[in-house]
Amino acid sequence: MGIVSPGFSGRRRSGSELPPGQYLTRDFPVLSAGPTPHIRTEHWEFTVTTETGEATKWDWAALLALPADEITKDIHCVTRWSKLETNWKGVSLDTLLADVETSADYALVHSYGGYTTNVPMDDLLDGQAWIAYEYDGEPIDPEHGGPARLLVPHLYFWKSAKWVRGLVLSDNQDLGFWETAGYHEYGDPWKEQRYAGD
Amino acid sequence: MERTTIRRRLTWQVGTVTDVRRETATARTLVVDVPDWPGHLAGQHLDVRLTAPDGYRASRSYSVASAWPGDTIELTVEQVPEGEVSPYLVDVLQVGDPLEIRGPVGGWFVWKPEQEGPVQLIGGGSGIVPLRAMLRAHAAAASTTPVRLLYSVRRPASVIYVQDLKELAASDDVDVRLVYTREAPAGEPRVGRIDADVIERLAFKPADEPTTYVCGPTPFVEAVADLLVAAGHDPARVRTERFGPTGGP
Repeated sequence: MGIVSPGFSGRRRSGSELPPGQYLTRDFPVLSAGPTPHIRTEHWEFTVTTETGEATKWDWAALLALPADEITKDIHCVTRWSKLETNWKGVSLDTLLADVETSADYALVHSYGGYTTNVPMDDLLDGQAWIAYEYDGEPIDPEHGGPARLLVPHLYFWKSAKWVRGLVLSDNQDLGFWETAGYHEYGDPWKEQRYAGD
Repeated sequence: MERTTIRRRLTWQVGTVTDVRRETATARTLVVDVPDWPGHLAGQHLDVRLTAPDGYRASRSYSVASAWPGDTIELTVEQVPEGEVSPYLVDVLQVGDPLEIRGPVGGWFVWKPEQEGPVQLIGGGSGIVPLRAMLRAHAAAASTTPVRLLYSVRRPASVIYVQDLKELAASDDVDVRLVYTREAPAGEPRVGRIDADVIERLAFKPADEPTTYVCGPTPFVEAVADLLVAAGHDPARVRTERFGPTGGP
């Protein structure tokens, strides 16, 4: 369907390549559904539970002991802001999952505070996802998901769960928090998969 | 966390602006008639899409300010400096113009009349918008659930829904308190942000087991949510929504 909005001309941005319907921001907006959890690194744990119930855990020291990547990626929020060339440091999920025996197709990501989001395993491996613990050379602020958040920047940013504490791997796709509340199950910004059915 | 399942495809619909109301120097309420609106829950938002003559489009999300059923669709838009969509909605769009809408969206920051327990609403600036929808839904359902609203504004002239809030405050079940951060009206000595003392005096206590809805700019929401948790409120009962130039759902 097509209408024209009388008197609207809009402001076209030139230069940067953004996914459809996104606009550029230089701030770092915050989006979360409840109070910000404040997790001390000495209490932090990250647990991967496979489809057979096998659990592998890392504490903060174990995470920091793993080889880390410097990551520079564009990020795209479903609320329409995009931020270009954000800088992170973190451990690739390829590294974390290297010795985890699984053939699961899906992960449900769990966070401190109760947040969840679902991501296919194919999107977590092969250099596409990290457990990030630094932003712009500094520890990640709690309101931006510190001490550690998932970073899976090729999907809308709600998939990059703040305050991450684990993955539960499964052969079935269980939907997460926003996905259950009407958002798209996959969330590819380039296909503009904002809401269920897009 | 509570789960609400709303999974169906959302399509763009053409509504018509039937009325506009200036709320403040920078905010305006649009009343929109959408023929096939599926209805919404108080607190949900929708997407608005504008199209230029050459086909260029821009979309943004806005909270619905009205309840359903019982009201028409109302959107209250605060003009964002340097914004692309909000200046059009606040200053250009006229009664009779078409407006493309898609929604409703969001199943977490919502209040339903059948929900158990008292309701604490805490809004900062234009963060009042989805809270107003909850107050309207409360009135439309003739709910006797106790509701308290704490509304933080810079000055008296910044208050959105002045008349509505006066009427709502007359209800025995609704307690409306304004907090002025820059300039207070005559007879209201306190000027300052919501702090631990304000929460202690004016909000429901943790023992009342309220569901608390906090909406406003990010620093406001962060500060208020932290105060609530520090006061002993269960974080799982505190629902937040952050507004701002780049905020949305």
